[in-house]
Amino acid sequence: MAFAKMSLAGFGGVLVWARRGIVDQHRWMTAEEFNETFALCHFLPGPNIVNLSVVFGARFGGILGGLAAFAGLVGPPMVIATILAAIYARYGEVDALRRILTGVSCAAVGLLIAVVLRMMMPLVRKRDAAGMIILAAVFIAIGWLRLPLPAVLLVAVPLSLLITYLVRQRVPS
Amino acid sequence: MNEPANPIATLVWTFGLMSLFAVGGANSAIPEMHRVVVDVHHWMSETQFADVFAISQLSPGPNVLIVTLIGYSVAGVLGALAATLAMCGPTAVLAYYVSGLMARSGASRWPALIQAALVPLSIGLMGASALILAGSSDGSWVAVLVTLGAAAFAFGTKLNPFWMLAAGGILGFAGVV
Repeated sequence: MAFAKMSLAGFGGVLVWARRGIVDQHRWMTAEEFNETFALCHFLPGPNIVNLSVVFGARFGGILGGLAAFAGLVGPPMVIATILAAIYARYGEVDALRRILTGVSCAAVGLLIAVVLRMMMPLVRKRDAAGMIILAAVFIAIGWLRLPLPAVLLVAVPLSLLITYLVRQRVPS
Repeated sequence: MNEPANPIATLVWTFGLMSLFAVGGANSAIPEMHRVVVDVHHWMSETQFADVFAISQLSPGPNVLIVTLIGYSVAGVLGALAATLAMCGPTAVLAYYVSGLMARSGASRWPALIQAALVPLSIGLMGASALILAGSSDGSWVAVLVTLGAAAFAFGTKLNPFWMLAAGGILGFAGVV
């Protein structure tokens, strides 16, 4: 399956490549179908791209297709990651490697911050005050207070659903 | 390491449960991983966790592979396999059934509503991930500058993120960070 190739091509996230492969190269899906499937996978919990691969594979080949896409996506990188983990376990204390990893992790945090900023832009542009407050509350609860995730979500998810629902009722869009 | 039970069982339970709470992808679950891995089970040190995050970003493939790396360091190859499958399995099954359900019922307004409600949550979670990881990897002012620089570049340009990671690695190797 082409998912294997895509998974290997994607550094720090596969989504862009998945889109290119599915929509542009193989024309397995139209752009709208892809977006719809992606939206579905986005509100489901768990790794988006893994969900996407399963839903996508299942659409073409039922359960077997889903399994094949899943194996193709997760298998090869998992082997690589395991090898890297083994290397790290053996040489993690070597000074040069330590220094490199310190540098890489600083940059990696920066990339994550950029992703967060990018995702925030639509909320800022829409002046979505409720969204921003929820965002900030979750950030503080998890990032600062270090509360356990399940507890925070059990409160935040229903609350956010309720607020979003009420806001939409008042402003029919 | 005085884990009472079989570490693999603990891994499967931890990540299987976590996968259902990872709203918005693997990066949202990083604070929870950090809490469980570093604070609760003491499987890894603060530095090791930051290293593992760096490696997972460096290696090709989905971000969820940080789980593979954690699994390996806890219980070897079997641990890596168990942790990865536990993290991906439950939601994959869920995705499979929900997509079947949606195909049948047609487009309703619920998915859009749920998504709108969850987006701010997942952004908040990822922000928290960044904060926690910055806490463990940004030990000096130079390190903070590297982080901010990478963030600015990634936000402002369309450069492949790999080059930012590589630059960080080179600066690190040179002993600047």
